[in-house]
Amino acid sequence: MHELSIARSIVAIVCERAGGEPVKRVTLEVGELAGVMVEAIAFCFPIVSDGTSCAGAALEVRTIAARARCRTCAAEFAYAHLAARCACGSRDIEPLSGHELNVKEMELEAV
Amino acid sequence: MCATCGCTASGGATLVTAHDHHHANGHPHDHDTLDVTDPQTIALERAVLAKNAALAGANRRWLDERGIVALNLLSSPGSGKTTLLERTIRELQADVPLMVIEGDQATENDAARIRAAGARALQVNTGTGCHLDADMVRRALDALEPVDDSLVLIENVGNLVCPALFDLGEWSKIALLSVTEGDDKPAKYPYLFAASDLLIITKIDLLPYVDFDIAACVAHARAVRPGLDVIALSARTGENLADWYRFIREARAASGLTPARAGPAYIPPAATLRSPQAT
Repeated sequence: MHELSIARSIVAIVCERAGGEPVKRVTLEVGELAGVMVEAIAFCFPIVSDGTSCAGAALEVRTIAARARCRTCAAEFAYAHLAARCACGSRDIEPLSGHELNVKEMELEAV
Repeated sequence: MCATCGCTASGGATLVTAHDHHHANGHPHDHDTLDVTDPQTIALERAVLAKNAALAGANRRWLDERGIVALNLLSSPGSGKTTLLERTIRELQADVPLMVIEGDQATENDAARIRAAGARALQVNTGTGCHLDADMVRRALDALEPVDDSLVLIENVGNLVCPALFDLGEWSKIALLSVTEGDDKPAKYPYLFAASDLLIITKIDLLPYVDFDIAACVAHARAVRPGLDVIALSARTGENLADWYRFIREARAASGLTPARAGPAYIPPAATLRSPQAT
């Protein structure tokens, strides 16, 4: 359950910027292969938000597709797991996206 | 549009366009000035694990400046991490000053075993936490005060999932897998093996009694981590331990430190570092 500590980090990042103002929405970017379970973050988020600026905030998650470039044939392709290989057979692939784990933005409650 | 990367970070809750490019190692940039359409929306663009990454980077610099090599041992509980460390301490400590950071949810049992083997050890109890993080290691290093040119062995919390995501500032991550666990573990838990620099297959003295295919295991591991180095050994019989010691020697040589100095082992009073909360 590393998602618990990840949820804490998210709340810390947002609260630092919110400066005590109530937060309406927090938007995350999570790559398909980031190694975190979005459902678990969503479960932990309201619990660790309690008593902070994030209390009651909606959590929006934007999933980012995993794409890679083959270092052998230069093809770019979507991949679904870490053991993926290029259609040419090569396993020497360079991840281009899909490992993100970022707090993208936040929205404050209208005053 | 962002002038640096071309992303359309115009702000607002209705924007759902996937931001489909890689920021982690690329070009950190500030979108704050671009979000003018909705004053209530504030762009953050912060990596969730940025704080841990910064602390890990500080640990790495601190270790490098002192010629200290730290190895982060990752595995499920019961793979034989502590047994390997006990034997390593007994056979290397005359030549290599070494100490151990032990991560477990509870008890000081492993640190006691390490101390009985003759090395300094600090137990980190993570409480409900499932992994060590860079801040825990920082505090452990402060308490252990490893000498220059030494070896710090970090036994992470037994877990094949969570520790993979948290950089501690180590020289390298080492995955351990015992032959009693099943040779397809690297396929089942790919993140940990993908993040590792060495795979140690342990308890090979038990191979006659279990259905464990080393070649299949290595193939699973190299599918997620091409070119991964593998050592198959037994800490009980000593088979192939020389390969593990060679890995340690090469890591220490690569870190640019002087030849190891022998010195009297100093075993400090028991010290347990407790994290204030599960992190």
